[in-house]
Amino acid sequence: MDVILFLIFAAIAVICGFNVVVQSHPISSAISLIGVMGSLAVLYLLLGAEFLAAAQVIVYAGAIMVLFVFVIMLLNAGAEIRHGRSLIAQVLGIPLLFAFLGLMLYFVQHMFPGAAEVRFGGFKHGTALDVGRALFTQYLLPFEVVSVLILIAILGAVVLAQKEME
Amino acid sequence: MSGVPLSWYLILSAVLFALGVAGFLLRRNVITVFMSIELMLNAVNLSFITFSYQWKQVNGHIFSFFVMVVAAAEAAVGLAIILTVFKNRSTLNIDDISSMKN
Repeated sequence: MDVILFLIFAAIAVICGFNVVVQSHPISSAISLIGVMGSLAVLYLLLGAEFLAAAQVIVYAGAIMVLFVFVIMLLNAGAEIRHGRSLIAQVLGIPLLFAFLGLMLYFVQHMFPGAAEVRFGGFKHGTALDVGRALFTQYLLPFEVVSVLILIAILGAVVLAQKEME
Repeated sequence: MSGVPLSWYLILSAVLFALGVAGFLLRRNVITVFMSIELMLNAVNLSFITFSYQWKQVNGHIFSFFVMVVAAAEAAVGLAIILTVFKNRSTLNIDDISSMKN
């Protein structure tokens, strides 16, 4: 059951991720990205991270992607025009990308031969209780710092996007 | 009932990250480039949670949570910058927004 669920949602994630890259219209890419995030949320649940699965759906698939779709609508972005100017990205980037992927697969296969198999329910400490306890005791300072970061980001977004005052 | 090998999750994470890099390198639309960055962040989150399962620790979840928060802040500021650039240049093509290059 675990294997079937993993294979289904991994396939959805990879197909949607591929679709993000190949679609020429940004709104199609955005919808595909929502598919990636939704299937990743299911994989988080399989790994026992229930709080993060909920946060993934609410924050990523909900808030961030709505922001993206809203900006695409606002700018009325059409299909992209290709100039073919960045040749070096295609000549050098694609072989390097495959080299990176091959190296990653090699190391993952050779570094974790005796790693545990992932079973649903094998890790029960990903609940909101456990995450909250770690967040508000051990990681309290990073939590406060990140709240300041969010405040600065809100101010920056408002200042950048506001209309120019004559 | 057999489980899923841990390496499959890591391989999926590597594949999604590589797809994000490919989008970042090949796409010319600034919004799609931005979405490729989000794809890469998601792939890294999957790695964090997989290692969290491996070591039976909640720390990976915390890091993943912080990545999510930073991604939200980054999306807000980045999209505001894209709006401003579009207002001044009327283009979304990153080949045309290269005045900082030379």
